[in-house]
Amino acid sequence: MTASSSSNVGARAIVTEPALSLRGVSKHYGAGAARTVALADVSLDVNRGEMVAIMGTSGSGKSTLLAIAGALLEPDSGEVSINGTRLKGMRARARARVRREEIGFVFQDFNLIPSLTVLENVALPLDLGGAEQSTARSEARRALATVGIRERSKGYPDELSGGQRQRVAIARAIVGKRQLLLADEPTGALDSVTGDAVLGALRGRADAGAAVVLVTHDARHAAWADRIIYLSDGRVADQLAAVGPEVLLAGGGR
Amino acid sequence: MSVKHSLMALLDEGDRYGYELRAHFEARTGGTWPLNIGQVYSTLERLARDGLITRTEGDDDRQVHYALTELGRAEVAAWWATPVPLAAPGRDDMALKVALAINAPGVDAAQVIRVQRLEVMRHLQEINRAKRASDSTDAAWELVADAMIFRAEAEIRWLDHTEQRLAASATLKPSVKAKPAPVDRTSDEHTEAAR
Repeated sequence: MTASSSSNVGARAIVTEPALSLRGVSKHYGAGAARTVALADVSLDVNRGEMVAIMGTSGSGKSTLLAIAGALLEPDSGEVSINGTRLKGMRARARARVRREEIGFVFQDFNLIPSLTVLENVALPLDLGGAEQSTARSEARRALATVGIRERSKGYPDELSGGQRQRVAIARAIVGKRQLLLADEPTGALDSVTGDAVLGALRGRADAGAAVVLVTHDARHAAWADRIIYLSDGRVADQLAAVGPEVLLAGGGR
Repeated sequence: MSVKHSLMALLDEGDRYGYELRAHFEARTGGTWPLNIGQVYSTLERLARDGLITRTEGDDDRQVHYALTELGRAEVAAWWATPVPLAAPGRDDMALKVALAINAPGVDAAQVIRVQRLEVMRHLQEINRAKRASDSTDAAWELVADAMIFRAEAEIRWLDHTEQRLAASATLKPSVKAKPAPVDRTSDEHTEAAR
């Protein structure tokens, strides 16, 4: 169960918005005979502390969903909210700020800047946001520490292994106060052991309170998530909720 | 998996008592296959009968000590050198069921595949959780868990592949097209919204 709405600890009732909320989101590409529906009336909440995997064949709408969730693409209809802020009607500049300050992206090909050190790469979103350099650097160091790669902060991306680069990319995605991570096939180019380490790092972020959305075609990777959503022809075809502790006790664990 | 060869492989590392063999077996296979002690002793009796091990009564206690014979050592060496035979083909329940579904009148094969995939996915999620929850120094258990994880992944890939083949050849079974999927998506999303 994903308790999201409110926690009433004494008088300090804190209402927590989902980190990501999609309501009746639809999107199509093309027109006339070439018109294809990418997403049809998709609703989805992702809460902090939760990792959700999106699965589906190519063309099922996974990437469109991630692009819309990341404020990179506007839906034809429906509502998208990031940490309670509705994106609809927002100007491009404001939308860019939401993207920069609230959302972290992790892609298959890392997208690190080769001429910047690891630390500079991770600090970049904060630098672009106008943070003081010393603040940006210390936040970047903290983010690198959380993915276990702080000791490489002075190195350059091409001196790192694929798995290390992806962990740097995750650090960059979580630097600052961002609590929504969107990952698109983040283990694509990595061997299975390294891929598991990257998944472990994403899982660790969710366990530490971030909301993580993982797009993957790999069931083994989706299994790290609390919830798995199957898209088919732009619709949510199936959902698999978190495995309850009772199942754990009865089954797998020792 | 052969209990016989597993016990002999453990005896190849040193002579042992029966209860020790069981404890070692469970520790080395991550406890995923609990052996009962009766099974251990009956296997040991057969091995002794076939001249693969010797049994020695202890002096002061009643424990029986087991050791490999030369014949037994040769058998273990041959076992390590030989691949484990694969399961007989055509005995895969899941493949059989889906194969039947594809041509069964009035059966939505795509739905059969989806239901099966959710089940395997749930299993995969459980193993992943159990593995994460386990002591990371328990390499034996992790190895066995990985084996289960990769096997489940392969099953899901096969189901995905079959689903796509089915969709690509929609002419294969036109009769199922009209049947609505039993999953009520609207209520799913309302549940989702209420969270």
